[in-house]
Amino acid sequence: MTESLFFFFASLTLLCAIMVVISKNPVYSVIFLILTFFTISAHYILLNAQFLAAVNIIVYAGAIMVLFLFVLMFINTGKNVEGTIKRNVLAKIAGTVAGGLLFTVVVAALKDVTLGHPDPAMYNSQVGMVENLGKVLFTKYMLPFQLVAVLFLVSMVGAVMIGKRETGEQNF
Amino acid sequence: MDSVVLIYKGIYILAIFGISLLIATYSTYFERKIAAFIQDRVGPNRAGPMGLLQPLADAGKLFFKEEFIPAKANKVLFILGPGIAMLVAAMTSAVIPFGDTLILGETSFDLIAIDVNIGILYIFGVVSLGVYGLMIGGWASNNKFSLLGAIRAASQNISYELAMGLSLIAVLMLSGSLSLKVIAEQQTGFNWNIWYQPLGFLIFLICAFAETNRTPFDLPESEAELIGGYHTEYSSMKLGMYLFAEYINIFVVSAVMATLYFGAYNFPFMENLRNAFDDPVLGNNVVTIIGVGVMFAKIFAFIFFFMWVRWTLPRFRYDQLMKLGWNILIPLAILNILLTGGGILLYEYFTKG
Repeated sequence: MTESLFFFFASLTLLCAIMVVISKNPVYSVIFLILTFFTISAHYILLNAQFLAAVNIIVYAGAIMVLFLFVLMFINTGKNVEGTIKRNVLAKIAGTVAGGLLFTVVVAALKDVTLGHPDPAMYNSQVGMVENLGKVLFTKYMLPFQLVAVLFLVSMVGAVMIGKRETGEQNF
Repeated sequence: MDSVVLIYKGIYILAIFGISLLIATYSTYFERKIAAFIQDRVGPNRAGPMGLLQPLADAGKLFFKEEFIPAKANKVLFILGPGIAMLVAAMTSAVIPFGDTLILGETSFDLIAIDVNIGILYIFGVVSLGVYGLMIGGWASNNKFSLLGAIRAASQNISYELAMGLSLIAVLMLSGSLSLKVIAEQQTGFNWNIWYQPLGFLIFLICAFAETNRTPFDLPESEAELIGGYHTEYSSMKLGMYLFAEYINIFVVSAVMATLYFGAYNFPFMENLRNAFDDPVLGNNVVTIIGVGVMFAKIFAFIFFFMWVRWTLPRFRYDQLMKLGWNILIPLAILNILLTGGGILLYEYFTKG
């Protein structure tokens, strides 16, 4: 049951991710990216990590992608920009070769990978629950957690500084 | 045994879905009646006794109106927009506990559709998706007024989601759990969270108004400057879906407020009532049934409050809206978290030594 569900969601994730790249309309790309986040959250739920699944949806689908869509609506109102860009043949050949090489490297690197098998006797299936996650974050990984918080604070202050109006600038 | 629970859950989910649709339908009627009362009018009074069949007449009218799609609109997304709005609105009520447990024979039935341990995050996630219906519909209409409405909706929802999340954190610090069922159980009798979180409740209430796009926060659809906002180009049942989703959202957000701050299905002296019966099963069931009634009474009180505010207060100006969200509500919510944390520490210091 879980395995067939995994393959269903995995193929759905790949399909949505490919559609993000090949969609001509950027708004469609964003919508498929949102669907990709949903299917990734489904994977988290299969792994019993419900907190991560919910936070993934809230942060990425609920906030960041709204801003993406927001910006896209301003810069492009439905016009198809893809067709207007002319690519020459040399660029197409170079792109194919580079993409093929990257694919070969990825396949070669993944060929010899040994997957870690967690010991079923030692494995705690409740490890993804929010209580356990919180305990680990506030004890074992306290320093990295705090550092990330400081990093976010710095970026927030930076964003406010950039967005702030200069004195004398007109309001609207 | 397992199949009994499964069938029960299926019936319960269908029942909750039906109830939210019914309440949303009749919210339109009561909105018009309350508006009429406040403005000293009569209100709808032709369809049925006291106009009680008016929602059915409205629905019939909306279904039979012309389905109109603008020629330059993006057809797929234009139809998808109201669908998303409706879907997201109907998904939220799954994790709200409408009552305690009913005991029939040897089985006890929880009056909650799905009890996940991240209940409040689920609601928060689904609510944050609600804006997509508005944005996609507004953009796909290919109309400047619709686009402006959609963009207002997006920026307003994102701004107020932050303050809403921060005000929730204080409640979670008190309860120590994300499950709405546990939060409801902790507020037995008259021990409601509102006594500990008055400031948090006020922030949550204001954000709830902003998230459901109700007056005084209905700038995405302000008819004086944007015609109809994001639903300018919509007609027929697609328009009906948008309006309907708004009323379902009001119902859900009222239920969430009742659960988080006003004790859900708990009412004063419920333990005395439970102990007054000799048979503990009968006592439990009587208290549960009264509790469901109390829960719905609280929800209706909040829905009435939403309507009362709509017909009393004027709309904000857009810069005032943003200033309120970012400069007032978010600092207040952070202050509330600090106060709550300090309060919990003091309480533990004095009680546990």
